[in-house]
Amino acid sequence: MDFTSRIFQLALYGIVSGSIITLGAIGLSLTYGILKFANFAHGDVMATGAFLALIFLNLFQRLALPSSPFHPLSFGLPLVLAFILCMVATGGVAIGIDSALYKRLRGTRSITLLIASVGVAFILRNVLQFIWGPDPRYYIKKIQVSVRLPILGLRIKHDQVFIIIVAACLVIFLHFFLTRTRMGKAMRATSDNMDLAKVSGIDTEKVIKWTWVIGSALAAAGAVLAGIDNKFITPSFGWDMLLPIFAAVILGGIGSPYGAMLGGMVIGLSSEISTAFIATSYKPAVAFIIMVVMLLIKPRGLLGEK
Amino acid sequence: MIVLNVENIIAGYGETEILHGVSCKVEKKEIVTIIGPNGAGKSTLMKAILGLLKPTQGKIFFSNKDITGKNPNQIVQEGICYVPQSDNVFPSLTVEENLEMGAFIRRDGFREKINEVYQIFPDLKEKRKVKAKKLSGGQRQMVAMGRALMLDPALLLLDEPSAGLAPRLVQTIFNKIIQINEKEVSILMVEQNARRALEISHRGYVLAMGHNRFEGSGEDILSNEEIGKLYLGE
Ligand SMILES: Nc1ncnc2c1ncn2[C@@H]1O[C@H](COP(=O)(O)OP(=O)(O)OP(=O)(O)O)[C@@H](O)[C@H]1O
Ligand SMILES: [Mg+2]
Repeated sequence: MDFTSRIFQLALYGIVSGSIITLGAIGLSLTYGILKFANFAHGDVMATGAFLALIFLNLFQRLALPSSPFHPLSFGLPLVLAFILCMVATGGVAIGIDSALYKRLRGTRSITLLIASVGVAFILRNVLQFIWGPDPRYYIKKIQVSVRLPILGLRIKHDQVFIIIVAACLVIFLHFFLTRTRMGKAMRATSDNMDLAKVSGIDTEKVIKWTWVIGSALAAAGAVLAGIDNKFITPSFGWDMLLPIFAAVILGGIGSPYGAMLGGMVIGLSSEISTAFIATSYKPAVAFIIMVVMLLIKPRGLLGEK
Repeated sequence: MIVLNVENIIAGYGETEILHGVSCKVEKKEIVTIIGPNGAGKSTLMKAILGLLKPTQGKIFFSNKDITGKNPNQIVQEGICYVPQSDNVFPSLTVEENLEMGAFIRRDGFREKINEVYQIFPDLKEKRKVKAKKLSGGQRQMVAMGRALMLDPALLLLDEPSAGLAPRLVQTIFNKIIQINEKEVSILMVEQNARRALEISHRGYVLAMGHNRFEGSGEDILSNEEIGKLYLGE
């Protein structure tokens, strides 16, 4: 494989991992926009989503559901149903955490919320470790071979095409939600100015709940897609996702969901492409460097407002 | 009939008390203006009426109903709408979306109402797909007032509606206020352009250091020499 096609091949993988990072980054950015704090538990909420999906998956595999894979994908109905249900369940978990903890801290300084979220992160991760242990758990046992595309000899797996398509659909869905629905517009309004939203009669508590549900459901979706891409999940996976997600959010402009989409793609692409030049183990460093450089030269990010 | 009755409220931010027992009233169809030096607590009074601050003492009645201590979204539902002094539009929302947010709790009649607002502020209709952050100061103020009108409020609170506007626009805004008042909306406003505001007001209050200093008809205040010296800059 020559150098050009190698770069394009890595870019293709970058789009896959960018799709996953984007789904995680959107939730982080949405909660920052509304509640004005950086939620350090967001990565572990993702991991929670991945394990909730595992619970549903095991359940459906035990039931007599048709479990043969959807050709040409390497998984079938149980995982698809688990995917959908875990989005709902993770949204529920997020609302639970909000009412139990963050709601009591409403109106306090954002540093207090940030520290609380670090606590939530530890709790979630340790609960996952405690139940499932540190070893990888498998969504998919089958090995899938990649197919050759007619251009530049690029290769991709059908599962990866699925990941890109699902992520794109979710992002488009979010866009329509934010621009066409009453609640979506109220979310943007609350993110612009919470006090003004309140005096306009918007029930901001309800908006906050919706924000948690949507952000966490998308995070869970990203986590399951990552699980499909890697075939397995581990309890520490969320913590590892946190760095690229923060980098994506800061690059795109914190608080802006569209910035999170852009940032997610750029981080995914640059991390993958970097492996053509430097050792793969430096991949996380690429996200870190982009984040630091952005904070130094344009802390508001590419699409940031204030 | 009394629309708003604020009785001796004490309110502030955290430990700092700003209003030390302030009272005021607005009758039906009235325009009432509050004037006073910077830091007097005028904006604080507005926030307390709207429920953004909870008074520690005193009562606020709206159409004889006790609304003290209620949340802003409940108070808005009662029929008081508010245009803050600054940051009074949603910058990343379009003009029309801003107006929609004003009508958030409204279930019906949205289209008619928005057309009514466009009749009062024709400039906004052309700009309806434009984001509020792209507008001029005067247009933004119109969006803010239009947003507050979307719920057919019985009482409109305006915090310095003419602040930072070019002199030509100041008159336009005051004309709009008169036009809104003619639609049976009572108005309580705070103004730095005290003279012009009092000229269109039925009554006025002078507030200083968190206390009521004077009250009377617009003419009374304008013709009072002491107030003229102290607060109208003469
Ligand atoms: N959010 C806040 N937290 C703490 N103190 C505040 C806050 N907002 C205002 N203050 C203080 O309360 C006092 C009264 O402020 P307020 O905004 O009510 O004055 P104002 O009469 O509206 O003045 P201006 O003409 O400048 O708008 C001031 O001393 C101000 O510093
Ligand atoms: Mg003020």
